[in-house]
Amino acid sequence: MNSAGLVTVSYIAATILFILALGGLSNQETARRGNWYGIIGMAIALLATILGVVTQHYTLLIIALLIGGSIGLVLARRVQMTQMPELVAILHSLVGLAAVLVGFANFMDHSTVLTGVEMTIHNIETYLGVLIGAVTFSGSIIAFGKLSGRIGGKPMILPARHWLNLGLLLGAIWFGRGFVLQAAAGGGMVPLVLMTVIALLFGIHMVMAIGGADMPVVVSMLNSYSGWAASATGFMLSNDLLIVTGALVGSSGAILSYIMCRAMNRKFIAVIAGGFGTGGGTVAAGGEVEGEVVPIQPEEAAELLANAKEVMIVPGYGMAVAQAQHTVYEITNVLRQKGINVRFGIHPVAGRMPGHMNVLLAEAKVPYDIVFEMDEINEDFPDVDVSVVIGANDIVNPDAQEKPDSPIAGMPVLEVWKGETTIVLKRSMATGYAGVENPLFFKENTRMLFGDAKDSLDAVLKAL
Amino acid sequence: MKIGVPRESYPGERRVATTPEVASQLMKLGYGVVVQSGAGAAASFSDDAYRDAGCEIVGSTPDVYEHSDIVLKVRAPEGDELSLLRSGQTLISFIWPAQNPDLLKTLTERGVTALAMDSVPRISRAQKMDALSSMANIAGYRAVVEAAQHFGRFFTGQITAAGKIPPAKVLVIGAGVAGLAAIGAAKSMGAIVRAFDTRPEVKEQVESMDAEFLMLDFEEEDGSGEGGYAKVMSKEFIEAEMALFAEQARDVDIIITTALIPGKPAPRLITADMVESMKDGSVIVDLAAEQGGNCELTEPGQVVVKNGVTLIGYTDLPSRLAAQSSQLYGTNLRHLLTDMTPEKDGELVVNMEDEAIRGATICTGGETTWPPPAPKLSAAPKAAKPAAAPVPKPEKKRSTTGPVIAMALGGLALFGLGAVAPPSFMAHFTVFVLACFVGYMVIWNVTAALHTPLMSVTNAISSIIVIGALLQISSTDSLIMWIAGFTVMITSINIAGGFAVTRRMLDMFRK
Repeated sequence: MNSAGLVTVSYIAATILFILALGGLSNQETARRGNWYGIIGMAIALLATILGVVTQHYTLLIIALLIGGSIGLVLARRVQMTQMPELVAILHSLVGLAAVLVGFANFMDHSTVLTGVEMTIHNIETYLGVLIGAVTFSGSIIAFGKLSGRIGGKPMILPARHWLNLGLLLGAIWFGRGFVLQAAAGGGMVPLVLMTVIALLFGIHMVMAIGGADMPVVVSMLNSYSGWAASATGFMLSNDLLIVTGALVGSSGAILSYIMCRAMNRKFIAVIAGGFGTGGGTVAAGGEVEGEVVPIQPEEAAELLANAKEVMIVPGYGMAVAQAQHTVYEITNVLRQKGINVRFGIHPVAGRMPGHMNVLLAEAKVPYDIVFEMDEINEDFPDVDVSVVIGANDIVNPDAQEKPDSPIAGMPVLEVWKGETTIVLKRSMATGYAGVENPLFFKENTRMLFGDAKDSLDAVLKAL
Repeated sequence: MKIGVPRESYPGERRVATTPEVASQLMKLGYGVVVQSGAGAAASFSDDAYRDAGCEIVGSTPDVYEHSDIVLKVRAPEGDELSLLRSGQTLISFIWPAQNPDLLKTLTERGVTALAMDSVPRISRAQKMDALSSMANIAGYRAVVEAAQHFGRFFTGQITAAGKIPPAKVLVIGAGVAGLAAIGAAKSMGAIVRAFDTRPEVKEQVESMDAEFLMLDFEEEDGSGEGGYAKVMSKEFIEAEMALFAEQARDVDIIITTALIPGKPAPRLITADMVESMKDGSVIVDLAAEQGGNCELTEPGQVVVKNGVTLIGYTDLPSRLAAQSSQLYGTNLRHLLTDMTPEKDGELVVNMEDEAIRGATICTGGETTWPPPAPKLSAAPKAAKPAAAPVPKPEKKRSTTGPVIAMALGGLALFGLGAVAPPSFMAHFTVFVLACFVGYMVIWNVTAALHTPLMSVTNAISSIIVIGALLQISSTDSLIMWIAGFTVMITSINIAGGFAVTRRMLDMFRK
């Protein structure tokens, strides 16, 4: 039996299954099936490789698989839905680390001997795989730290950071050259290690400079990198399955990053280059907002909701922080039983990763057919009686449309102010991530319900 | 501290300075509330209702003054009541210090801290305590009700079997708070409503209420004075205005006048001739009656019929909706007290740095503090600052930058290699490029709601990198073996974790 052929066929099957897995996510009905395709594909690929390629050290292999698998399952079971971004970030870091390790191991393995251009290319592939892997690894660790609150969410802006980045890049290229030259002569470990250190520093520096609300972009970007790392490893090992899968994941992450950037009307480069208002002076252009903030009590909010016919709920990161999604669901239930049409409007960058709000609402059992995307419902706001903004700020800022000199000008926003009344749940009058005043709070038809979102909503629910 | 609410002593005054509802909110601020027995009776708030809210009920006015540190009233105290005030006590009510200098003097001499609700500055932040607006709103509404009472016809037009009923035509002069309330009330009863005001900026407000704004055929003159009130207009303007009124008087059935200029007698807008020219059965409601009236023939406090036209000169319109106006007034007072009780501990703080409180405080500690320095802000929106000429940004081709950069990181370097690459590399490269495109096509179909599961599932499948480790684990080099073993372990965390968490999430999505 031609075992190499069987392995290849299995890889093709796995590839197709992976594509089907991603395709399945196009809607909620097929998504579960898609996940199974992914699992089956992975199982086929693993079995084929273990049976067809691995020749010894089975004990170590099985033990490693079992330990890793159990850790993974436990993590998956334990994780809170609000912590999903952190979990995803830490998992990305593992892919990055794996790419680094595979690269090093491959480099140390001298069993296959290449010559000439092929050798140079192979070395560059190794180098790139390790480079991308290392950036993904350290970047994801920092992202994890930021998302879980272990590291402050404020962007850390070093002086001359762009020059620093450039220096690191040049260093990486310089060491790359040294690596290729030395590797041809059988050495090269030193430049590879030095480059890894540079790549790690670069990953740390890059993510440290990015602020809390840009996290959706960062998480999807790291997602993309983990794919490219796998792809580069695939090139290194001449393994098409890795190349294809890596490319799929890489483009998936890239598209997500693009969607997130578009939702904030920001350039990818601008996000990576640092937080809002760091260009100097732009924030002041927001000017003073004049008007009065009208606070409201939970009982009054409940009355407003009970008397409405159309209610739109706009959740933001604040809802996740306060863990208020279950109360939101119960309020939704009560209102729907009264025949009130309750819908949810989700801004693409609400939360800390793409689709974060949808998952939270799904966890709280909110049926997904009343959860809408911004583009689907933005036109309906004039018919809405009461909009409830829970812990969101910049994504409902009218300045984005009305003030051309605002730092967030042009960012698509949910037009809650066009509704009859807006209730904004907020801890305080602090500005949102972009550091821009939100004139929504001063509009005549806006009522502010101050306090912890969960406590406030509990009080509203009680009053209902 | 204790808040005292005496019964209003002014004849015919039905309002009361606090309602049971407001009283309970005052108690949340830490105050005790003492109410005179029968204080709310005319506004349909019984002693029992106050008692249920937790108020203490006392029999006589002197008892209230004696037991309280803060006295809340609607009308300013007069006569005997003044002698009940003691030094250090706080009085909050309508006072009109400009019209009542003697009262102001007495209050100052008695060492009372007096806050005049009529002097709350018209700044946006103080709107919630603007009792003049609350009362004007009620007066405007009630003016229409009074007019309807004395008007012998429908407001709304109808076509019935018995014939056609034309709708009533209502002219509202002065589109301030009262005027707008009158417009709203008359409009909702079905009348045709026209409105006039010297301040052009109210045109939009009038039109937003579906009424017709009468424009003067006159060169631009802005009648907006300080604090959003009207000011005295030029002679030519007034002549043009009078001509307009004379013309309208012949046409309309009901005129409601609300024109007031702060600190001045009410402008005479409707002359006796105009009244004469009106149809029999027409009604004029003069909300400015107390300040002399906008109509020449108005008799303050009275309803008179002259030349077949009913002239209503009531000066107590808010008091005629006592329950409503007490509630709004009480709420205004509560807002003021909330601002003056920053610690919510029932201790009143007269913070003279606070513009709203500074404006309302007319005397304290034996010194007169009225009039206050001019308010810094106007209630009207600031004229838009000439925007620093928006820099015309060249239409940049946005959109592709993000993914291009991301792809470039993995792709561009490889492109460079392509030039010198051997066929085996190009074969892989073909696969890579095709896979990118497949990924591109597939991912755009993913619904936004499933972006988080997408990330976790791509995470799981990117752990396919485990294959790399599996290829190495059989190495005879033990270091490579251990590295590969470790890699297998961490990637299997990823595989198991990624798929399992995706499953968990997807199971939660339900209709």
